Amino acid sequence: MTDTLTAAKKALGGAETGFSLRIAAARLRDVALIPPIIIILIIGAVVSPAFLTRNNLQDVLVSMSWVALLVLAEGIILLTGKMDLSLESTVGLAPGVAAWLTLPKGINHGAHLVPSAWAVPIALAVGVLVGVVNGVLVVWLGLNAFIVTLGMLITLRGLLTGISSGQTFFGMGKSMMYLGTANWLGIPAPIWVFVIAYAVAIFALRYLRAGRALYAVGGNAEAARAAGIRTDRMIFGALVLGSLLAALAGIMLSGHLASVASSQGNGAIFTVFAAAVIGGVSLNGGKGSVFGALTGVLLLFLVQNVLTFAGVSGEWFDFLDGAVILAVLVITRLLSGKATD
Amino acid sequence: MDKPTQPVADVVGVSKRFGATLALDDVQLAVAPGEVHALVGRNGAGKSTLVTILTGLAAPDSGTVHFGGAPAPPLGDRLAWRQVVACVYQKLTIIPGLSVAENLFLNRQAPAGKIIGWSALRRQARDLLDAWALDVDPRVPAGELNVEQRQLLEIARALSFGARFIILDEPTARLDAGGIARLFERIRALQNQGVTFLFISHHLQEIFELCQRVTVFRDARHIVTAPIDDISHTALVEAMTGEPVSEMSDPRPPRPDAASPVLEVNGLTAGEQCHDVSFEVGAGEIVGLAGAGASGKFAVADSIAGFVRPDDGTIRVDGRPLRPGSVPRALHAGVGVVPRDRHREGFVGGLSIAENTTMTVPHRLGRHGFASPRQRTALGRAAIRTLDIVPTRPEAAVADLSGGNQQKVVMARALADQPHVLVLMAPTLGVDVKSKQAVMDQAVVAARGGAGVLLVTDDLDDLRYCHRVLVMFRGEIVATMTGTWDDREVVAAMEGVDLSHD
Repeated sequence: MTDTLTAAKKALGGAETGFSLRIAAARLRDVALIPPIIIILIIGAVVSPAFLTRNNLQDVLVSMSWVALLVLAEGIILLTGKMDLSLESTVGLAPGVAAWLTLPKGINHGAHLVPSAWAVPIALAVGVLVGVVNGVLVVWLGLNAFIVTLGMLITLRGLLTGISSGQTFFGMGKSMMYLGTANWLGIPAPIWVFVIAYAVAIFALRYLRAGRALYAVGGNAEAARAAGIRTDRMIFGALVLGSLLAALAGIMLSGHLASVASSQGNGAIFTVFAAAVIGGVSLNGGKGSVFGALTGVLLLFLVQNVLTFAGVSGEWFDFLDGAVILAVLVITRLLSGKATD
Repeated sequence: MDKPTQPVADVVGVSKRFGATLALDDVQLAVAPGEVHALVGRNGAGKSTLVTILTGLAAPDSGTVHFGGAPAPPLGDRLAWRQVVACVYQKLTIIPGLSVAENLFLNRQAPAGKIIGWSALRRQARDLLDAWALDVDPRVPAGELNVEQRQLLEIARALSFGARFIILDEPTARLDAGGIARLFERIRALQNQGVTFLFISHHLQEIFELCQRVTVFRDARHIVTAPIDDISHTALVEAMTGEPVSEMSDPRPPRPDAASPVLEVNGLTAGEQCHDVSFEVGAGEIVGLAGAGASGKFAVADSIAGFVRPDDGTIRVDGRPLRPGSVPRALHAGVGVVPRDRHREGFVGGLSIAENTTMTVPHRLGRHGFASPRQRTALGRAAIRTLDIVPTRPEAAVADLSGGNQQKVVMARALADQPHVLVLMAPTLGVDVKSKQAVMDQAVVAARGGAGVLLVTDDLDDLRYCHRVLVMFRGEIVATMTGTWDDREVVAAMEGVDLSHD
């Protein structure tokens, strides 16, 4: 076992001596999931000729697009050393409130208070509002982020169930449907949205001082403060941005499904955390990259897709999903020689 | 810097009060350009308060601070402070996940609103490190650096802000001999390039090796400033300790006659902290284990208490070998412990006095895993009476007690099972005089009752209770004092100075 480990470490380039190799090893964690993704692609191609087709891959990307946005949101928040569990409820609540306020009374149990053109701005505003509440509780009142956002997760879900009477909103206006259904240059809009969001985030986190400050805050808040970074403001901003992205994810998902179920987003937070962590984002903050997190989502969704092609029944998906997460954690632990944190 | 004759830092008549304690009493300090100026003093002398004032983290109540002839910047202007002075603390302020280059230029990687150019940033870092001949790779994550390199990184960061006056707060405490030598080499090289240092250390030997002038603080007051060549080791130690106090009555219990040892430590080695330490403590004997911060005295004590597993050596309690590395086994063997950091290891703040004092003795509260609340309250009441704990309610939460009373609770916990060996680590640190007395009296009572007491401390007052004092320096026992001794000898041995050389 020890021999295999050393061999694996050597293969990874993480030799014991030499700074340049250590730098390489540190960067390598961001792309650690690329080889497994390639392997899954090869397996998929062998399992079914329909797997490596444009249509199928496009479907995979569309179905993961809203989760990808949530992972991006969570990744940014995790970088600051905090967390937000309530993202999954915001995914439902934001479009839910928009639908409730715009839909006609009667069969659609809407409140019909504003014209349907307001739907998207309302949904985004709900996202910002949720983020502000989280920020006030976590940053101003100094409450623990885990328990605050757990409370918010339950509260927001309950709020959506309350306004919708536990039913599903149908028949929303055109603007709410647009993002989930449009095609830009022949590619579905949800794919554009998450790819652009990641591209912007990757750039900002690497090349802007504010982006680097997120890493500093999560890595050592004291030192960041000493360097003149407004740590409270950074965390507040990350929480608001996270909720805003969750609202955007919710709009995309609702548009795609042409409805808002009162359970929309329910349970997604586990996949989101799993994707971020196997992608190399540290739960303690300050470590990881959103690119790594993206590879995490991609891996999880590709595995599911291949399993479908392999004829595995849906009842086994949760089990296999969990197994993949655990396997990736164990493998990266053994290869890096360091505990995941 | 335009007037090189002006002191780089000039502190005149500064006083600072924190609540009831006067932390600095009308002190002065003048650091000349280009020198390495030592600041020494025992714990509580006011060194750290002076550092917070010199770095602009606190304002003096009275007095003035000048840098190079100009008055100190306003308290809020961090950037202005950074341009005149920087402090490298024992606790290092780097961000482990970011590269050395980025740590150097944290939050100023690029002008505000501009895109960061990574290759330019790395080049800038490389230039900075080269200019001061600091051997650190700017591309490495700072978390990969060792303590020595992290210090260099912090020094480089300080220099990059334009500061040419750097305070080093016990920089050698976490370094080994080789690291210390290399650090001194660097300091001398930077000194030649015009950098001025204020060097704070507990090791007088280092001060004689590195510094040109020395300032001694004692009890919040400035005692003396002198060129290092004009002051002897003895005079320096005397300045630090004040007048020798010998008229006090002897608080020691009668020395036991040739008692059999209750604690035998043989060849104890724990990492780089202590090496081949051997000693015995007899029944009824109080033995002091003294030493400065990095002397390794706590490593020895932690090994006996079962907090750490030593690499080598044997520990015997009552003649029976103690398998190391387990607190339950140590407790079972009859070792009672007052841990070093009472807040972290000494008590559970949210629990009551009764629960804390009986935490180590569940078997006294009932059998088969049951714990009788009545029995617990009774034992708690007994502890409160014995140690005179205030408040006297056994159900009071320990977190609400004063520091002295908290320490009494910790002492009661150590004594709860009538230990044969009592290990007390800095038992009077940060404790008021009366509680000090209560804690030390109980140590004497335990010794009279036949326990062997190991008192691990650098507090000279506490050491007066000892029949014998073993002094550790850099992981080894370097001196043993018996009968009566001069406090100066103990201090000198703790600082690694041999007084006979004067």
